[in-house]
Amino acid sequence: MSQDITHDEVAHGHHDHDHKPKGFVKRWLMTTNHKDIGTLYLVFAFAMFILGGAMAMIIRLELFQPGLQFVEPAFFNQMTTMHALIMVFGAVMPAFVGLANWMIPLMIGAPDMALPRMNNWSFWILPFAFTMLSATLFMPGGAPAGGWTMYPPLVLQGGHNVGFLVFSVHMMGISSIMGAINVIATIMNMRAPNVGYLNMPLFVWTWLITAFLLIAVMPVLAGAVTMLLTDRYFDTSFFNAAGGGDPVLFQHIFWFFGHPEVYIMILPAFGVISEIIPTFARKPLFGYVSMVYATAGIAFLSFIVWAHHMFSVGMPLGGSLYFMYATMMIAVPTGVKIFNWVATMWRGSMTFETPMLFSLAFVVLFTIGGFSGVMMALAPVDLQYHDTYFIVAHFHYVLVTGAVYALIAGAYYWLPKWSGHMYNERLGKIHFWWSTISVNVLFFPQHFLGLAGMPRRIPDYSTQFAEFNMMSSIGGFAFGLAQVFFIYIVWKTVKGGDKATAQVWEGAKGLEWTVPSPAPHHTFEEFGPVDLDKMAHGKNH
Amino acid sequence: MQQDKQNRQKDNKKVLKLGVAGSLLMVGFGFALVPLYDIICDITGLNGKTGVLAVEQVQEKGIDHTITVQFDGNVNSDLPWSLKPQVFSMEVVPGKLYSTEYIARNIAQVDITGQAVPSVAPNEASIYFSKTECFCFTEQLLTSGEEKNMPVTFIVSPDIPKDINVLTLSYTFFNKSRLTAEQQAVAAKAHEKI
Repeated sequence: MSQDITHDEVAHGHHDHDHKPKGFVKRWLMTTNHKDIGTLYLVFAFAMFILGGAMAMIIRLELFQPGLQFVEPAFFNQMTTMHALIMVFGAVMPAFVGLANWMIPLMIGAPDMALPRMNNWSFWILPFAFTMLSATLFMPGGAPAGGWTMYPPLVLQGGHNVGFLVFSVHMMGISSIMGAINVIATIMNMRAPNVGYLNMPLFVWTWLITAFLLIAVMPVLAGAVTMLLTDRYFDTSFFNAAGGGDPVLFQHIFWFFGHPEVYIMILPAFGVISEIIPTFARKPLFGYVSMVYATAGIAFLSFIVWAHHMFSVGMPLGGSLYFMYATMMIAVPTGVKIFNWVATMWRGSMTFETPMLFSLAFVVLFTIGGFSGVMMALAPVDLQYHDTYFIVAHFHYVLVTGAVYALIAGAYYWLPKWSGHMYNERLGKIHFWWSTISVNVLFFPQHFLGLAGMPRRIPDYSTQFAEFNMMSSIGGFAFGLAQVFFIYIVWKTVKGGDKATAQVWEGAKGLEWTVPSPAPHHTFEEFGPVDLDKMAHGKNH
Repeated sequence: MQQDKQNRQKDNKKVLKLGVAGSLLMVGFGFALVPLYDIICDITGLNGKTGVLAVEQVQEKGIDHTITVQFDGNVNSDLPWSLKPQVFSMEVVPGKLYSTEYIARNIAQVDITGQAVPSVAPNEASIYFSKTECFCFTEQLLTSGEEKNMPVTFIVSPDIPKDINVLTLSYTFFNKSRLTAEQQAVAAKAHEKI
């Protein structure tokens, strides 16, 4: 091994600049470079975002008016199921892994991810997993249509998509776990020697905690879907009541994964927002240490609240009370974070560039999603909200205006560092207002639909829901179009634009802003101390 | 420099090994939830499966508070039968034995074997509800068009909490002919318990 390294270094010595490998296969297929793999993840995630978004457009098109106009109910159910699976596992999760790949080594002064070859593998599994999953759309019996939660017995009653669904979930799980191990190894072993844990940027901290969540719960999901597979094809009766099993058991196992999963999707978003707000408020993050503890607290609580997804299944009074109070407790560390962001902005010299606008919208709109979450944590009222459009509104507020907004904010924030060009600020602002108005037109009326009793996962509805659904659909089409506009902005920035400085943003602090823009192919190659003054939390405590 | 790199590579391998071990452990945990769930359900009655009562709890005079037991019968969509209780509810005294019947009919053109799976609601009442005789203990064969009365004898434990006044006994019949031999073997073992 050491001989290889020496050999590599000698070979590299002959070149004078970036030494990116030449040719598509060598550069992208065989890459072990954290920046290239980060780019691959981000591009892949965006492609999945567009695919999942196209499915959402079909859903909103069918719901534009009551009655069945465009698609068969069976296909509609495939769309809701596939939309969720693709957005959760194909768009949001890989996008955050992409940010982690790009930014974590740059933020802690590491030359690369700890396990670069595994990094390549964990990315290149994903296109195969999603090809396999999407291929079910063209099979007899169609794609999975029992909802992304895959509840038996319903999910087992479709066509032969179960095997494809299960194996693609396995592959996504393996990819996520390898990514998580890589993140942990990078953060624990690859930090510059004078960077302590409590000097790390919050994005790195949130990812460290997220990685532990991934290792803890993705294997549980893998186990649950394996049981589905054997129930379907190998005569077991894990969830088959006739054979002595219990379908409710699946729900417990699934949500033991599923609840931490929602924090897997939102904790890195908290990290991104905690990077952006201090930059544009020109003040250090308020309550850095409390942010770290709040993140860890949320992660811990996420393991002990899963049955709040199952109030309507029925449980003893004590169980309902426990899960209700435990769930409401999550509002405390989350509130710490919200208040810290607000306090960071308090009396700051704020400017409102596009990443800051998306971050501010995140704080406001994510909080709305948090509030509707607290409403649903109440066991007695959850019986009314359960499986209505109220829950649809809730999780889209936390996932679209939460996780996706943080991703867009992060993309604008770091795009100059990645591409070396400034994006067009005017277009960025148009994208922001276009998205933010349309996303609220899209999801806010769904609260009212849910409270009035419109069930989710239904292609048709009774006429009293018509106005709000039409409003929601119009918002949906506008929001979808806004993201196509985003592709144009990013493309234009990558191709050209004002040259970005190393610092990029006036108030930016962190090691990633000490390397030139675009970030060279290899950074922090010399293992040695970094200048702690350049880090946001290098010396503050 | 070289030393550092080697040390870090050693540490990275360690994290990799621990991470893989942790993941495998969590796969095991996922599967361990299956027996764990059964145990928790046995203790708490969480899944509505009925309890087993010791004989000495059967008393002649019972206690001075009656409970309404409601009866409900369903068939799984795979099974072309009908099932309904003879009476829809009974007033019972805890500690005394009671009997009632369900009426099952095979409306298909073929003979079918069915297996009933009982469940009691509210769940916390289920461990205080015990069946001493039940058609759910064995599989039931109905010839085409046959109608059969199926008896169940039960007792509600005198220990049942005072705040439970109504409980529901529900049966769902499943098509046993649809199960494979392997599933039937597992099912037979599971149904012994209930």
